[in-house]
Amino acid sequence: MARRVGICAVAQTTYQRDKWHERFQGMALEVLEPLLAQTGLDFSEDKGIGMSISVSDDIFDARTISDNGMTDVLGAHMRCEEKIAQEGIQALYYGLAAIQGGHVDAALVLGHCKESQPKSRNMVTHMAFDPFYTRPVGLDFTAAAGLQAQAYADRSDVGDTHLADIVARAGRMAQLNPATPETPVWTREEVLASPMLADPIRAHHAYPVSDGAVGMILAAEETARAICDHPVWITGVGNCMDSFFLGDRDLASNFALKQAAARAYQRAGIDQPHDRFDVVEVSDQFAYQQPMWMEGLGLVDEGQGGAWIAGGGPDAMNVNRSGGMLAGNPLILGGLVRAAEVALQLMGLAGERQVADARCGLAHGVMGPAGQFHSVAILERD
Amino acid sequence: MKKNRNVGIIGVGQSVYSSHREEVNQPEMIHEAVVEALESAGVTIDDVDCIVHGNMELFEMIHQPDLWHVLGTGAYGKETLRVTTGGTTGATLVAAADHLVASGLHDVVLAIGFEKLQEGHTTGGITNMADPLWGRQLQTGALTGMTAAQMIDEFGEERAKKVAMKYRIQMDQHAMKNNKAHRRLGLSPDQAEELAENSPQLVGELRMIHMCSQSDGACAMVFASEEKAKALCDQPAWIKDHVTAHREEMFCIFGDAPVLSTHRYAAQKLFGRCGITNPREEIDLFEMYDPSSWWGSDWLREFLLLEGDAHLKMIENDDIAIDGAFPVNPSGGVIASNPIGATAMVRVAEAALQVMGRAGDHQVPKTVNQALASGFGGTMWTVLFLLTREVPS
Amino acid sequence: MQSDFDTSDCYTIEGKLALPYTYFAGRVGSRFITTLRDQHKIMGVRCDACDTVFVPPRQTCERCLGDLTDSWCEVGSRGRVVNFTVVRYPDRHLPRPVPYVLAMILLEGADTPIVHLLEGIPPEQVAVDMAVEAVFAETTTHTIRDIDHFKPCDA
Repeated sequence: MARRVGICAVAQTTYQRDKWHERFQGMALEVLEPLLAQTGLDFSEDKGIGMSISVSDDIFDARTISDNGMTDVLGAHMRCEEKIAQEGIQALYYGLAAIQGGHVDAALVLGHCKESQPKSRNMVTHMAFDPFYTRPVGLDFTAAAGLQAQAYADRSDVGDTHLADIVARAGRMAQLNPATPETPVWTREEVLASPMLADPIRAHHAYPVSDGAVGMILAAEETARAICDHPVWITGVGNCMDSFFLGDRDLASNFALKQAAARAYQRAGIDQPHDRFDVVEVSDQFAYQQPMWMEGLGLVDEGQGGAWIAGGGPDAMNVNRSGGMLAGNPLILGGLVRAAEVALQLMGLAGERQVADARCGLAHGVMGPAGQFHSVAILERD
Repeated sequence: MKKNRNVGIIGVGQSVYSSHREEVNQPEMIHEAVVEALESAGVTIDDVDCIVHGNMELFEMIHQPDLWHVLGTGAYGKETLRVTTGGTTGATLVAAADHLVASGLHDVVLAIGFEKLQEGHTTGGITNMADPLWGRQLQTGALTGMTAAQMIDEFGEERAKKVAMKYRIQMDQHAMKNNKAHRRLGLSPDQAEELAENSPQLVGELRMIHMCSQSDGACAMVFASEEKAKALCDQPAWIKDHVTAHREEMFCIFGDAPVLSTHRYAAQKLFGRCGITNPREEIDLFEMYDPSSWWGSDWLREFLLLEGDAHLKMIENDDIAIDGAFPVNPSGGVIASNPIGATAMVRVAEAALQVMGRAGDHQVPKTVNQALASGFGGTMWTVLFLLTREVPS
Repeated sequence: MQSDFDTSDCYTIEGKLALPYTYFAGRVGSRFITTLRDQHKIMGVRCDACDTVFVPPRQTCERCLGDLTDSWCEVGSRGRVVNFTVVRYPDRHLPRPVPYVLAMILLEGADTPIVHLLEGIPPEQVAVDMAVEAVFAETTTHTIRDIDHFKPCDA
């Protein structure tokens, strides 16, 4: 039986619309220093951090081997550093594997991204599409989301008012989160009046362009208990890849998310997920995704997302107390920030957002057009 | 630190490496390697739990390429991981697969490294790895004449140039026996002088003939837990250990201060952990990531912890030949084939084939008990693997 | 977390990343595009094991890993709208000035819809199940845009 792995420390920068005054390395240092201070770890041979797991995207960074610029900050001089070039929550999956495999006892996870750096993040995600069949019609992740939002709207009970309430709530939650100081607070009416972006997605439904960095220290149980009072155990992970061409998929089916969740629940030994989690953080890049991903996770009955919202479900289930991705986190970091939030809740460090006596949480990340790839992590404390 | 459970390499697949793969798009090229790897391992895609994927994305300008590549990787419905570390990516993918299986999360993992350099602009892509403020105006892709200059300084122009050329020709002789290799020139030793004089200079004494290819290709490998590996494969190549060493981005070179290379550091650490005191004697073969024959020659000293001119003598005495005392790159190495995102994986794959006895015409004529494989990339990063014939205890 | 960052010495530099590329369509892609370009016919591939006609074509069925290289079949150039969105955010990579309709169109004989532009009708009037037909491009782009767009037609 492989040993348990815990999150021992969490740190993040603020997420802002444009951190023009900071380089990636500066943002990363802002995250690294508190992590080392909280745990007392360093990068010494055999006793310190055994590997660094970075998260970044070469195209957003406009830099081939985007982790190359980070080696100085990531403690990677004469040390192991590897880049997760996928949704950042996968860094937990990878760190879990490396530590449970016995290769290292402690790992640093540190991701960064600046959506403000390229001229347009839609131009970047446009490059995920193949050059012959899908790029030429201008697809990017926003348009793909529009198609999925429409497919979901056709099949679910979620309407425009429900979505407006999700956005309004995200703004209110973000007010309590020091990491999201620039998130606007809109009323339901303001959201309903916002112009369409990619029907039925409205401008205010979309997560704002965001810059930031986030990191954690992961450690094997023995080390975790030595450096941290309340390690947050990673008890389950699961992910899944769907088809690439939108037409090959059933866009409203949550095929990949259901599989990812099932795998995570199975590994965590959870049969009845519905009432299991004290906090839930899902990566809602667009408002429709909050109820949709909740249905895919099996935490809300299928087709009942609207009723769930209208009945105060998000508050009752402590969903996205951080403001979620809607409050503004960059693509590729959204899931990792979700995991950081759940960890903070379980550690009792969530400030004004704190859910009393939170012991078990779920974090979710998503990547690709219309959620082609999903990844779920279950976190628990003793 | 004890490894949770052993991991064996049970299958290898490689597409043909070439600069003329116009007949396939990216997922199709990858699929070639995937099919061969699955056949080689004696499994179907249904037996695979997880697919690990990597390349250097700015070469093909595809954002998050594993999304599109699901059309050829077999990853539909599966768990996946995407890890990239520049030139070392291929070896990092092996490390990732090792962790995923050793941890118990998965029993069978397929890892895929690839590059389709013809579809992009290689030197432009590499230059973009430099810091935009400090380095981008200066970097000339992966081309540097520094090591050649250093070797000439240390050993004299005549000897250094002769050794680099001998190494180059030896690598080509190996490549001629590898039907997957991209460049098989049919060089013979008596061409050495003529090549040394006439091959166009790239930077200083680094000439075209010394430099690696730009290849299109994919490599796929199947990894299994000890139990599954023993059930599926009569002779897996076991992963004994690996070390990854990156280094700070900003090179500081003051005068003649000695700089510890990541190569030597990784070797010291790996050999120390594996109880190897005399690498030249205890290791049977080395698949080294050699981007040029100057680096290949120079790094022999670093990886084998040698001093003085011992490494030059190895080349001069034909030790590094396939039938020599210490074969280096029986596959022909990186100078013959370089599909960058796959290249470092190919080193481990080729070393594994040697341990498994499946390297065909370029199989070394002796039992391979311990094989070393290295990856290179970034700013002089190293990933170093030790594979064994016996199950690690 | 830092809130008051002294930015008095900070500045930015603009630049561009130039990475020219030459994508290969591959044999399967080339057959699809040249048939589209020269004969104004749209081809799909059929996976017998999965009982599905896929458009756009691909060499391998990603579900069963079957080889679909020689399983070509023609599909109609007419079809129906199964889903759509209206793109309203201007950007340089877009094929048309906004707003325009991006639709998922199930062609006659195909089991998977393709994503393409729908024109010749105000966005507010587009509806699922509408009948549409391909309008072929006058100049080839060697991509799926050799269908320039789709337009409404009689059912």
